[in-house]
Amino acid sequence: MSSQLAASETVNVPSSSSPLNGIGNWIVRYILFPIGQMLAFIVGAAVLLTVISYLLAFLFPEPRPGINLATQITTQLPGMIITGISIGFVYSMIALGYTLVYGVLKFINFAHSEMFMVGSVIGFEVMRRVFDGGYLGAWSPVLLIVVTVLLAMLVSGTLAVVIERVAYRPLRGAPRLVPLITAIGISYVLIDSTRAIMTVTRNDFNLTYPTNQIEWLSTPIPVSFQGIVIGGSNIGGQLIEQIDADGTTYDTFAIGDETFENVYVGGLTLGGRPIRNSDVRNLTVGEAITPENVTVNGTALRDLIEIANVVNVRVTSIIVVISAVLMLLVLNFFVNGTKLGRGIRAVSQDQATAGLMGINVNRMIALTFFIGGAFGGGAGALFGMNAGTVTPYVGFIPGVKAFTAAVLGGIGNVTGALLGGLTLGLIESFLNGVLVYFPALGQRYTDIFAFSVLILILIFRPSGILGERVDEKV
Amino acid sequence: MRTTRIIVLALVLVLAVGAVATQAQDNVIRIASQTPLSGPQSVLGISMRNAVELAVEQLAGPIEELGFTVEYVPFDDQATPDVGVSNAQQIVNDASILAVIGHLNSGVAIPSSEVYNDNDLVMVSPANTNPLVTDRGYPTVNRVCGRDDLQGPTGATFAAETLAVSNVYILHDTTAYGQGLAEFFQEEAIALGLEVLGFEGTEEASTFEGILQPILALEPELIYFGGIYSQTGIFIAQARAAGYEGLFMGGDGFDSSEFAALAGDAAVGTYYTSVAAPATVYPAAEQFITDYTDAYGEAPQPFAVQSYVSTDIVLQAVLSLLESNGGVLPTRAEVSAAVRATENYEGLTGAITFDDNGDPEVGLYYVIEVVSGDPDAWSENTITAEIELPSPLMASMMMEEEMMPEATPGS
Repeated sequence: MSSQLAASETVNVPSSSSPLNGIGNWIVRYILFPIGQMLAFIVGAAVLLTVISYLLAFLFPEPRPGINLATQITTQLPGMIITGISIGFVYSMIALGYTLVYGVLKFINFAHSEMFMVGSVIGFEVMRRVFDGGYLGAWSPVLLIVVTVLLAMLVSGTLAVVIERVAYRPLRGAPRLVPLITAIGISYVLIDSTRAIMTVTRNDFNLTYPTNQIEWLSTPIPVSFQGIVIGGSNIGGQLIEQIDADGTTYDTFAIGDETFENVYVGGLTLGGRPIRNSDVRNLTVGEAITPENVTVNGTALRDLIEIANVVNVRVTSIIVVISAVLMLLVLNFFVNGTKLGRGIRAVSQDQATAGLMGINVNRMIALTFFIGGAFGGGAGALFGMNAGTVTPYVGFIPGVKAFTAAVLGGIGNVTGALLGGLTLGLIESFLNGVLVYFPALGQRYTDIFAFSVLILILIFRPSGILGERVDEKV
Repeated sequence: MRTTRIIVLALVLVLAVGAVATQAQDNVIRIASQTPLSGPQSVLGISMRNAVELAVEQLAGPIEELGFTVEYVPFDDQATPDVGVSNAQQIVNDASILAVIGHLNSGVAIPSSEVYNDNDLVMVSPANTNPLVTDRGYPTVNRVCGRDDLQGPTGATFAAETLAVSNVYILHDTTAYGQGLAEFFQEEAIALGLEVLGFEGTEEASTFEGILQPILALEPELIYFGGIYSQTGIFIAQARAAGYEGLFMGGDGFDSSEFAALAGDAAVGTYYTSVAAPATVYPAAEQFITDYTDAYGEAPQPFAVQSYVSTDIVLQAVLSLLESNGGVLPTRAEVSAAVRATENYEGLTGAITFDDNGDPEVGLYYVIEVVSGDPDAWSENTITAEIELPSPLMASMMMEEEMMPEATPGS
């Protein structure tokens, strides 16, 4: 994502004498640079939050009896980061809709959270119909997801354009508060009409995606960050044997001079599922491993088994991240690399002048609404797939969070929306993971801390982390 | 402009006349119900409404023979306290409403019943389990179901003794019902020696991934969730997808086929305690199930049969008053007293006698296991334990009776 929409125009100028050079340039500008930016944001926020978490663990080593905060954070770290990224991308995609519309109209479209909701409901309808119709076998999974997301984007985008035409355009000259109130009104109209339609057609309020019935979508992918380590610091820091969590089993292993047989850790299955550290801790006699029965130099084997850091990554989370990255790349190219995108940037810089230059301002505004709505709708469908169930009220909270993300990053700034969304997602995820260990605090107070961060940032940087996009007056 | 004004005026007039006309009828007895008819919990709420409607249709005959019309007015409390209270205001202002059946949520029933009690209007609850509902000692508030301070411990005992788990992570939905139930569970779980790894409240309704991270790290053998199926079903689906492999348990808030629809196969093996067994458990309810299914095209949800019973109790109280006072419309206070005096009522769910607080003297508590992820198979869930417990008031009276001979050995 190019940070300053207008400024990036200057980057376009460098000579592209040879076609090869041109393609290289194109790849750098529209693929490598934006991906690098996303990575930088993710790594930056994740590292910062990890450091803060460990600092917290250093200050409060044992917030609750029997809980070693540092150990807990280590165990949870991969999970917290993955969760934070996947929800962060959802926030970013919604935040784009707020920020794009703000860029061209200087107006907060509070009905945008309902584009997200409509997208999630359309996504549900598509998936449900394909599933109920029994076409699933014939459809490739990727095709199903692409169709679901694209239809959700199309419907939400079109709806956003219609709303703009019906409810906002007639009010364009009116005081700023008027379209704001209209937006809130539209939001309620959409929620309740969706509720009415779904009640009549499906007689159901909770709309459950069939993802949990699609095998490959509901089977999590175990990712091992450490493998399972037997031994460890308890016997002089000597690493004895490392066993992969991917299914490799070892019949024997040696600790010092002693050799143990029939000790299975890692790939062994217990009742048809992979063995986990909880099983090793609580195995009873008769199972393959009995850590209590085996001692090494007076220490029970169970104390020598280090916790394996295996995280189950949900396929839907991966889909969210991949789709979001792809969509953001396309958006970046569209805004910075096409004629229509230049039109949008021109309108956001100066409507009157852009009009004089022969740009159809109304069409550009409608296009902006379409893109914003489509991103909201796509985010809704992805969110629905990941969450499993959506309702007509599902838009409110992600909408508020995404709006926060847009402000956090700098409203009107496309890169800011991305940064804000990822930051907010990661902050939330870390707070959820860490607050739980502090008695009297707990996860229900996550929002207090998340929004305190927002207030603090805004006090010191009123226009967001990256700042509001500054119009370049030539 | 002028025509619009005239139309509006005419409409207002029609409404006003209509309101006056309904107020003016003398021989109309109305029964109101307050349940969530829209929103995430409407599956249960609508089924409760249907059951009350069915009860009024089937059981109002004897009252109508005495020259009265029995009408039924359903209200939608949207599972929201302030909506419940504003509906309650509307209900007490209609003098022909003599009783309210409801609510589904304790958090809604408690503030709403304040309004009923101020106006002597009797409420019979088919589903509210929070102790505070009856513990305020109001003469107008009764329930035909059990209590959370007995339901929570029933679950904890089952977890500690039958499931033999050693630790538990407790979640609740921050409502009067969910948090109350979770606290009662926790209290008993600690008393039984279970290690409580966490006690968390969450209002989150769709993405639980963040909340799940510490749970996955702590690896509890059991997660207890005091909440309603619309939230817990989604939670369980996501917890399984994230790799949680322990057990799940909850309260009667899990009890809806929608739970299976939301959680899918992740629902299988979940235990929940209930104060109200599915209608299929009661032999006497067979006819009710048939009638209900014929009338509404689907099987009754949990609490439907209890709603039917609540309505029956009210109608019987009104009938006995009409018979004893010669056909004069009873006052609300009289109806309240008559309902409270219900003794050895034989209904579809067994005998009910209200104690002085409005609790049934003996409550039945069940532990039920979900057997299928298919919502249509919800009624096949197996009852793994059935426990009969006296209401706290009865328990304390029984204690006194037992101690009596010892206290007065000389006399």
